[in-house]
Amino acid sequence: MSGTGLPGPAWLPAAGQARGAGALRAALRLRRTRIGLALLALLTALAVLGPHVAPHSPAAFIARPDSGPSALAPLGTDYLGQDVLSRFLSGGGAILATAFAAALGGVIAGVALGLIAAYARGALDALVMRILDVILAFPPIMLALVAVATTGPSTWILITAVAITTAPRVARVTRGAAQPVVVRDFVAAAEALGLPRWRIVISEVLPSTLGPVLVEATLRLTYAIGLIASLAFLGLAANPNGANWGTMIQQNQTALAVQPWGVVLPITAIALLTIGTGLIGDGIARAFAGLDRGREPG
Amino acid sequence: MSAHPGHGGQGGHPGPAVIVTGLRVEMAHGGGDIVDEVSFSIAPGEVLGLAGESGSGKTTVGLALLGHARRGARVTGGSVRVGAIDVLSLTDRELREVRGRIISYVPQDPAAALNPALRVGTQLREVLRAHRACASAREASERIVEMLREVALPAEPAFIRRYPHELSGGQQQRIALAMAFACRPRLVVLDEPTTGLDVTTQAHVLATVRKLAASHQVAALYISHDLAVIAGLAQRLAVMYAGRIVEVGAAAELLAAAAHPYTRRLVAAIPRLTGQEPLTGIPGRAPAPGDRPPGCAFAPRCELAAAECRTAMPALAVVGAAHLARCPRAAAGGAVTTGPAASRMAGLAAPAGTAPVLSAERIRAGYRDVTIVKGVSLAIARGECLALVGESGSGKTTFARAIAGLHPPASGRVLLDGQPLAATARRRPAEARRRMQYVFQNPYGSLNPRRTVRQIVGQPLRVLGGGTRQAADRRVAEVLEQVSLPPAIARCYPDQLSGGERQRVAIARALVSAPAVLICDEVTSALDVSVQAAIVELLTRLRADLGLAILFITHNLPLVGSIADRVAVMAHGQVIEVGATRTVLRHPSAPYTRQLIASAPALGPAGRAIPAWPGRGQPPAPAP
Repeated sequence: MSGTGLPGPAWLPAAGQARGAGALRAALRLRRTRIGLALLALLTALAVLGPHVAPHSPAAFIARPDSGPSALAPLGTDYLGQDVLSRFLSGGGAILATAFAAALGGVIAGVALGLIAAYARGALDALVMRILDVILAFPPIMLALVAVATTGPSTWILITAVAITTAPRVARVTRGAAQPVVVRDFVAAAEALGLPRWRIVISEVLPSTLGPVLVEATLRLTYAIGLIASLAFLGLAANPNGANWGTMIQQNQTALAVQPWGVVLPITAIALLTIGTGLIGDGIARAFAGLDRGREPG
Repeated sequence: MSAHPGHGGQGGHPGPAVIVTGLRVEMAHGGGDIVDEVSFSIAPGEVLGLAGESGSGKTTVGLALLGHARRGARVTGGSVRVGAIDVLSLTDRELREVRGRIISYVPQDPAAALNPALRVGTQLREVLRAHRACASAREASERIVEMLREVALPAEPAFIRRYPHELSGGQQQRIALAMAFACRPRLVVLDEPTTGLDVTTQAHVLATVRKLAASHQVAALYISHDLAVIAGLAQRLAVMYAGRIVEVGAAAELLAAAAHPYTRRLVAAIPRLTGQEPLTGIPGRAPAPGDRPPGCAFAPRCELAAAECRTAMPALAVVGAAHLARCPRAAAGGAVTTGPAASRMAGLAAPAGTAPVLSAERIRAGYRDVTIVKGVSLAIARGECLALVGESGSGKTTFARAIAGLHPPASGRVLLDGQPLAATARRRPAEARRRMQYVFQNPYGSLNPRRTVRQIVGQPLRVLGGGTRQAADRRVAEVLEQVSLPPAIARCYPDQLSGGERQRVAIARALVSAPAVLICDEVTSALDVSVQAAIVELLTRLRADLGLAILFITHNLPLVGSIADRVAVMAHGQVIEVGATRTVLRHPSAPYTRQLIASAPALGPAGRAIPAWPGRGQPPAPAP
C-alpha cells in the first residue's frame, strides 16, 4: 500500500509467460546449469551407447587378471581377467536406469503425499507426516540393505526400496511449499465453484509448488545414484556378476596399486554424474530464487 | 524548488523543525526518478500529512528523511535539515546516532517492526539504552512506565513482560509509537501506522499521535493513502502524485477547496457518512517511475489538461494563503471541476416485499471450540444490496464463507431461491454454485498467479460446464468489457496488473456465470481510495444493469452509504442492528453502531474530537 518507488511485479519485463517456464528458461541461461546438463548428457550417452561400442563382452576373460594396458585391453584387465574398458562402458546402464526409476517413483509418491497432507490439514496431515517421519528415522542405506537382504536383490526391489527412502523427503518439501498456497483465496475460489478436491490439488496448488519440488527432485536423483552405487559396491546389485560401476570399485579395490583403472574410471563417472545432477538442481534453485526476488538471476 | 509555505497559526516558534528542499531520489541503475522536486517544512509540534496513492513516492520521501533509500534507489539531490543537522550529508555511523534519537520512524506494520523474541519492556529499554537516554536502570524503568502511560497502555509489570504476539494490533502500534517518541526526537516519520487497524483502534492511535506531537513539540510527518485519516489529524497536507508534490496547504482548506484536479478527484473518491452521493473513481493508472510523461504527470488522466500541461512540468504556484498547487489552471484561478457524477442510484431502492433470493437462518460457525458466528439470520431480496458492517474479528467473513459453502456452519441453514443448500460448495448442485458467486478481499491472493486472465475468468464456465471453448472465450471477452477492462488483458498474468485491475478480473470471474447473488468480502479494502471508488462505481452499475443482489461486506462504514440499500451491523458474532442505510447511518439505535460511526474518519476540519475508548484498544462487547 505504501508508495513504493521500486520496480514491482506490475511492470516487470519478464511478463507474458508462465512463471514456471520462465524460471526453467532462466535456469538454462546459467552456466552451472549448462555444465550440469552437459555432464548428465555425456554420462547418459556413455551408459546408453557404451555397451554397443565396447570392444569385448563384459563377461569375457581375455587376459591374465590385473594385467596392465595392452593392445587387446587398452586399459588392462580386472581381477578376473575381464576387459576393464568394456566393463566400464557396459556398467553405467544398470546404475542410471535404476536410479532414474527410483528417483522418479519416489518424487511422484512424495509429491502426491505432500500435496494431500498440505491440502487436507488436520488429522490426515498429521497421520501422513508421522508415518513418513518413521521412514525418515532410518538411514536410507540401512533401509535399502534390509529390503534387499531379506528379499534378494532384484531390480524392482532396488527401485522400490530407494523410492521409499526418497518419498518422505520429497513429501516434506512439497508439503512445506504447498502450505502457503492452500490458504490462498484462489484455492477457496475453486472450492466455491465446487471443483473436485483432486483437481484443485493438481491444477491450483501443484503449479505454485513446482520450483522447490523440481530442485528437490534433482537432489533426490543425486542421492539415488549414490545409494544405488553404494548398494552395488556392497554386493547388492540386481546382477552381482554383471558389469556395474559400483561393483567394479568393490571388485578391483584390492588391486588399486597395480591396476588403478578398474577403480578410477567408475569412481570418476559416478562423481561426474552426481556433480552434474547437483549443478542442475542448483541452477533451477537459483533461477526460481531470482524470479521470486523479481529480477533476472545473475 | 525551494518554496516553503508558511505555517498558519505557528507563531511563537523559532522556525521549522524540518526543512526539506528539492529532494530527488532516483533508481540506482538509471531507471528514472522516483521522487523529484519535493520541498516542504514542518514546525515543531505540527503534523504534516503526506497523502498519495500506491507508487506516488510518499514512503520514499519518508525514508529519505531518515537518510535512507531502499535497495535499488539512491538519494541524488536536495537536502533534509532537521534542526541544525544536514541529514543527507551524514555518514552511516552518524546516521545511526541520529536515528531514533533525533529522527524516529513508525512503520506500517508494527508486528514486523517489533522483535517477536523479546518482551516489549526489553525492547523499550533497548531504545533508551542505545541512545544513552537514561543514566541508570531505575531511571529507565521509570521512563518505560511513563512512556506506556503516554500511549495509554497499562504500565503494570505483567504487561511490560509480554511478548509482541500477546498484544493486539493496536497495542503493538502503540508500543511502536512509544519507542518512536521515547527519546523526544525532533521529527517522527509515521508511515501509514493505522492502515491495518480497525476504525476505533485507529481513532485512538491517531489521537495518541496528535497528543504526543503537540505535548513534546515534535514535528511529525504522517504518511497515508487515506485522506480522511489525515484530515482529522494533520494541520497541513501535502498531496503527492507520481513522485512530486502537486498540492500543499492547510488540511481543511485543501479538502474543502482543492486546487489541483488530482486532489479534487481524490477527495471525490472518498466515501462519506452523510448522503448517498455516488463515488467517482479516476480513470487510468498512475504512471510508474521511469515511465512518466513529460510535463504534468497527471495530464493523461486529467480532463482539464491543455497542450502546455503535456510539454512542461508546471511549477508549484501560490493559489491561496499558504496554499500551493502544481497546476497552471488552478493558479490562473480557473474553475477546476471534476467529472460528472453518474446518477446511477436512481431506481435502486430495495424492492420491498419480494421474496428473498438468498437467506441465511440462524447460522452458527466457528473453529473447534471457538464460536465466531453466533446465530446470524439475514435475507437479501432480488436486486438488493445489503451491507454487512463490522470490525475485524466480528465474524462477518466467516459468516460470508459459511453462506458460500467454504466454511461449513455448525448449525443453521442457507437458502437460495427458497431451496436449502448443502453445507459445502462441493455438495451443492451446479445451478446453485452458478447463481451465487464470491469475490474475495484481496485480489493479490484470489487470482492464481500461474494462469492467464482468460483462464481465470473462464474457469467457472469450464467447471460448471456448458458451451464450447469458443463460446467460453466470447463470454470472457463480454464480461471483461462489462468490468471495463480492455480485451488485450485476457492474455496477461495477474502479476502484470494493478490492484484495481486484478479486482476487476476477480469480479469478472464472479460475473461470467451470470449469477443472481454476489458476495463481496471487503473487496475494496486492499485498494487505493480512487480505485475503491471506481470499484464501487462498477458494482453499482452492474447491479443496475444485471439486477444483481449483493452482500457487501466491509469494515468501512462511510463506504456503505454509497452502495447499500440496507445495512446490518455485526459485532462479536451477532447482528446488532439492521435497517435502511440512511436510517442506520443518521440515527443509529445501538450504542455500538453510534461508536462505530463516531470513530470513522471523515473529512472535516483538523482538530475534530476523536472519541477515546475507555478501554485498552478492544471494542466493548455490545449488549445482545
